[in-house]
Amino acid sequence: MIGGLFIYNHKGEVLISRVYRDDIGRNAVDAFRVNVIHARQQVRSPVTNIARTSFFHVKRSNIWLAAVTKQNVNAAMVFEFLYKMCDVMTAYFGKISEENIKNNFVLIYELLDEILDFGYPQNSETGALKTFITQQGIKSQHHTKEEQSQITSQVTGQIGWRREGIKYRRNELFLDVLESVNLLMSPQGQVLSAHVSGRVVMKSYLSGMPECKFGMNDKIVIDKQGKGGTTDEAGKSELGGSSGKQSIAIDDCTFHQCVRLSKFDSERSISFIPPDGEYELMRYRTTKDIILPFRVIPLVREVGRTKLEVKVVIKSNFKPSLLAQKIEVRIPTPLNTSGVQVICMKGKAKYKASENAIVWKIKRMAGMKESQISAEIELLPTNDKKKWARPPISMNFEVPFAPSGLKVRYLKVFEPKLNYSDHDVIKWVRYIGRSGIYETRC
Amino acid sequence: MEWASQLCENRGLGSKMTDSKYFTTTKKGEIFELKAELNSDKKEKKKEAVKKVIASMTVGKDVSALFPDVVNCMQTDNLELKKLVYLYLMNYAKSQPDMAIMAVNTFVKDCEDPNPLIRALAVRTMGCIRVDKITEYLCEPLRKCLKDEDPYVRKTAAVCVAKLHDINAQLVEDQGFLDTLKDLISDSNPMVVANAVAALSEIAESHPNSNLLDLNPQTINKLLTALNECTEWGQIFILDCLANYTPRDDRESQSICERVTPRLSHANSAVVLSAVKVLMKFMEMLPKDLDYYGTLLKKLAPPLVTLLSAEPELQYVALRNINLIVQKRPEILKHEMKVFFVKYNDPIYVKLEKLDIMIRLASQANIAQVLAELKEYATEVDVDFVRKAVRAIGRCAIKVEQSAERCVSTLLDLIQTKVNYVVQEAIVVIKDIFRKYPNKYESVIATLCENLDSLDEPEARAAMIWIVGEYAERIDNADELLESFLEGFHDESTQVQLQLLTAIVKLFLKKPTETQELVQQVLSLATQDSDNPDLRDRGYIYWRLLSTDPVAAKEVVLAEKPLISEETDLIEPTLLDELICHIGTLASVYHKPPSAFVEGGRGVQHKRLPARAGSGESAESPDVGQAVSAVSDAPPAVIPSQGDLLGDLLNLDLAPPTSNVPPVPSSMQMGAMDLLGGGLDSLMGDESETSASHYRTEVQSPQPPECSERELGGDVGGSPAMGVSLGGAPVGMPAGLGAAPAVGGGLGDLFDLGGGVGVTAGSYIPPKTVWLPAMKAKGLEISGTFARRSGVIHMDLSFTNKAMSVMTDFAIQFNKNSFGLAPAGPLQVLTPLSPNQTVDVSLPLSTTGPVMKMEPLNNLQVAVKNNIDVFYFSCQYPISLLFVEDGKMDRQVFLATWKDIPSENEAQFQIKDCHLNSDAASNKLQGSNIFTVAKRTVDTQDMLYQSVKLTNGIWMLAELRIQTGNPNSTDLELSVKCRAPEVSQYVYQCYELILRN
Repeated sequence: MIGGLFIYNHKGEVLISRVYRDDIGRNAVDAFRVNVIHARQQVRSPVTNIARTSFFHVKRSNIWLAAVTKQNVNAAMVFEFLYKMCDVMTAYFGKISEENIKNNFVLIYELLDEILDFGYPQNSETGALKTFITQQGIKSQHHTKEEQSQITSQVTGQIGWRREGIKYRRNELFLDVLESVNLLMSPQGQVLSAHVSGRVVMKSYLSGMPECKFGMNDKIVIDKQGKGGTTDEAGKSELGGSSGKQSIAIDDCTFHQCVRLSKFDSERSISFIPPDGEYELMRYRTTKDIILPFRVIPLVREVGRTKLEVKVVIKSNFKPSLLAQKIEVRIPTPLNTSGVQVICMKGKAKYKASENAIVWKIKRMAGMKESQISAEIELLPTNDKKKWARPPISMNFEVPFAPSGLKVRYLKVFEPKLNYSDHDVIKWVRYIGRSGIYETRC
Repeated sequence: MEWASQLCENRGLGSKMTDSKYFTTTKKGEIFELKAELNSDKKEKKKEAVKKVIASMTVGKDVSALFPDVVNCMQTDNLELKKLVYLYLMNYAKSQPDMAIMAVNTFVKDCEDPNPLIRALAVRTMGCIRVDKITEYLCEPLRKCLKDEDPYVRKTAAVCVAKLHDINAQLVEDQGFLDTLKDLISDSNPMVVANAVAALSEIAESHPNSNLLDLNPQTINKLLTALNECTEWGQIFILDCLANYTPRDDRESQSICERVTPRLSHANSAVVLSAVKVLMKFMEMLPKDLDYYGTLLKKLAPPLVTLLSAEPELQYVALRNINLIVQKRPEILKHEMKVFFVKYNDPIYVKLEKLDIMIRLASQANIAQVLAELKEYATEVDVDFVRKAVRAIGRCAIKVEQSAERCVSTLLDLIQTKVNYVVQEAIVVIKDIFRKYPNKYESVIATLCENLDSLDEPEARAAMIWIVGEYAERIDNADELLESFLEGFHDESTQVQLQLLTAIVKLFLKKPTETQELVQQVLSLATQDSDNPDLRDRGYIYWRLLSTDPVAAKEVVLAEKPLISEETDLIEPTLLDELICHIGTLASVYHKPPSAFVEGGRGVQHKRLPARAGSGESAESPDVGQAVSAVSDAPPAVIPSQGDLLGDLLNLDLAPPTSNVPPVPSSMQMGAMDLLGGGLDSLMGDESETSASHYRTEVQSPQPPECSERELGGDVGGSPAMGVSLGGAPVGMPAGLGAAPAVGGGLGDLFDLGGGVGVTAGSYIPPKTVWLPAMKAKGLEISGTFARRSGVIHMDLSFTNKAMSVMTDFAIQFNKNSFGLAPAGPLQVLTPLSPNQTVDVSLPLSTTGPVMKMEPLNNLQVAVKNNIDVFYFSCQYPISLLFVEDGKMDRQVFLATWKDIPSENEAQFQIKDCHLNSDAASNKLQGSNIFTVAKRTVDTQDMLYQSVKLTNGIWMLAELRIQTGNPNSTDLELSVKCRAPEVSQYVYQCYELILRN
């Protein structure tokens, strides 16, 4: 198991050092600094073995988190734990920065003591942790006996992510379907790979221990219902719009701890008791019938050895009534660029020498429109034999629909003990499609 | 520490209290000051002081001097302060054991505290204090806490047992904590179960043979129930523990799989990977025709692909594991090539791993896409990545024949870029493409030659030189090119030197007229001016070959090359199986067994995949086998069946052994040996024949090397090489020469000479048995045995004259036989054999005689003639006679060959009651030319991987499993794989024979 956990600043100075196992000594702290932080160019793997000691590291801004072990630990678990550790710290004191870590070092030690015992990760749900590890520190001793046992049963219990007795005057929930659409397109416009990775993020402000059931236009469910003839009329299109595809094929999905996986496996129904506040209910991935919001058509012409002509057309491909926002096209330029002249029909374009790219920004663009940029790039003559690698043209945008075609069909809430029904809950659904890695080779 | 001081200003920031100010404790006299503060009456001041102490501790400053003062602060009802003091204690208790005792009372008291959080805190901390005296006091509170009413305390106590076990294992056993821990597996709280499982698993690792976890269907059921309810981490502990279980039958295996599959949708990648591990392992037991088996395979792909959208570090772990899974079960991800395409801003470690998997998944169906991708990658920035991409293009060409042409043209395009390292990498792979598809792409040689000057890496230079040498006849200025390399011969790396030597010799053999000078030059450079033994030896061998028998030289140097492997870097099958059992762990990231990186005995026991139920096959993987191709140079069909087995001896085609390649250069002339014809007598008296066999004996007898080599040199003479003393270095078989398959005839002898001298006679020679009783042979009794001495097969015969008259004129002849055994010379019974006299004769045998499959395979029919009559008898020789001295296979080749031979060719045997350990067995077998290629220890078994080569070039691969753990089990298990499976049982007989004697 994890033998020790160290946090360093960018210079390699230790900010936190917690050792769990006897086989990890102080020298491990230095070994990582010398062999990884100070030699970062040479280290090309997040797992490093130095003198039979294995180091796992992740970086958050300029802070290094390293877990150390001498055993054959579950490597995936160690990384998951490090990410979790970052989440917990962020939930407690915001951004992970040197200053925040120093300001909260006592708290961090307290957390590390709680969520990692002898190197075994323990309950690390922030919701539960916050009930008894507080920045005030003193609060814990004022707990009554009932409160104490409530804390421990929550930390160890089946529903470790939610405490009892939550009350809201207004029961409300927000569902965000956040998708990032990824594309790799050949210069000829052939889709080399495209997929959507989506997340359903839920903010729940619900009283008691509500039982929730989430439904979407999952092809498997819809087909099954269609066959059985028992279409769930009540649930149909309760929340989502009615336009678009009937159903979508989901390649794979993963769920938050709270979702009953065995039920999903057998019935494909998503039922759960949600944590309080914001959390990620599910992640999913689709590859079929993706709506690509934009197409990029590049044209690069080398005019002699010192000039390059670039023309890029972007076409928006969605309903004209919808508006895409924060559009940014990034056209890479060779390293030996000496000057650039740009003409664009819409938005603003600038050559950024430090980034070796022409950045073309458009604030808003409606569907089924087209826009164009052309640029002349002057090059310095160079005797560098190596050809310019021609990195792909990348794009960023945000659209108000889900490129995968996913629709939320219903989210039902049942709380038998308290007197509010599903209809009393105010529900909000929002769809946001963002560009992931959206690239077109040129 | 500097960074600590710059935050001083935070001190006065008003209401919002920050902790960074505590990092400002560097001033001298600080310790003294802290001491005062720690002893202050004010609670707040105390706490501040403890915080400062912890801050100093963090940055590595020694604050152990404050031990008593800090411990004094322990008695407090402030939980935060208590935690800080505990933290301090954990760090320094070991250095101050006596004072640490002071803390015991507080711990014991805290374990009784009404607040469960404090009870748990106390028991958690106490376990971390590694002081023997404290450990004793820990037992009672721990016992109570294990039975505490609060699950939070119990789950903490469960882990504490593992801590205590790490300090004092005996104590834990004596106190019966292990049983309590086992009881906790049935606890009502899922987290307690999970922690108990984790603790037990860890303890079990240090007791490999104890049945501590005692996994049985009941406990498994409890674990599976807890699996649905506990935290993500608990699920990992339970799944990892489940993976160690071996279900009783396929039905249990299936039911566990069914209950584990829902975990594949968990958001935590580690849960997913651990579930994959359980499924991959238990799948082994499911019959392949089961519907569920197919369903399961389909279910595995999507979660594996989803892992690739995790954070990069996890992607890396996932990719390393997918690499294993693809090797074990290629069918799972064969349609998912696209997801492994590299993204422009993937971290380099992800890119390299993806590339690896892309090559493994490349097939005819997807090759076009793959190639297009690889071409893109070859223009990226990162040098390592680009190199790997170029190499991958070459691998594709070799793997998918249909794509070869496109690959070659892609590589040529890349060479046109003139980017130095791209060109070099391309040339290295093109060499392999030439090897794989001879006479197909040589038109590109001209392009390659243009880039000769830009090559500065040894591997690329060597590859280019190889190409020039191999295709010397098509390159007009090959001699000039090679000569240009020769100028800086001594500055080249060994790899290049060796290649240059071989290339020039090839050139000479192809264009002898123009290049004599060049070859002289390189030979003298290699032999006289170099102190590298490999180079020198190879030089000498070439020189000798060229000067003795250019025809043979041509046959050796320009021999047909063995096929090259389609797959690279395949993991050895048993290691792969072991790594599959370690999916998700570090072992699967390093692709090494835990014993390779974990110190001590903890957790390094080898794991094995369960055997498929209801079938005899072991944990082999036929799927991988199909994906792998031949690397063997053994011809597949070896023993031609020639007509009627029971050929009349009298009608034997008594073709002389000379009909193939003469065993010794021209000086020796063997006449046709017509046993029954009149030529026999004259043959006996033939001058040249006697001298030849005399010569033979000299060569074969184990003399010091110089001596025999000089002898040989003197005999053939006429070349400058012969004047050179060989300096006593025995002529081994350099690797480069080893590439020539099945060296026959005279060359075989040449190498036997080398090999034979080095090998001490350690082979087992069975005692002589009577082959021909006197009754049947008019008074002539023949007994005999076979032996292999110094690489030459001998038939040791005793002739006893039990008749009343003198016997003369002995001669011997063999029927055609399975391995072409034939007398290499006439029978040397020179003096007449008087009545009651016995004469021992050793008859050298060659294996160049006519071949006919016999039944049994090792049967030999012999005819012996004397002045009285012709007698026939048959005898059986141990097949070990035919094991040649260069039968040690390269490990990589072994691995690939093993996989390549279909499993129906595998034969299993048991050797009962053999008390040898693996080293002794290995030595014994080596004496008979059964070579151990590799040894692995798995659990309590030693596995020896052995190779044997027969005189006719057949390779035999064997795995010998020897139990080491249990002195009572003395049975060895032997699996033999061979392309000619009919030989296997004879090999087994040899093993029996050798190991028993």
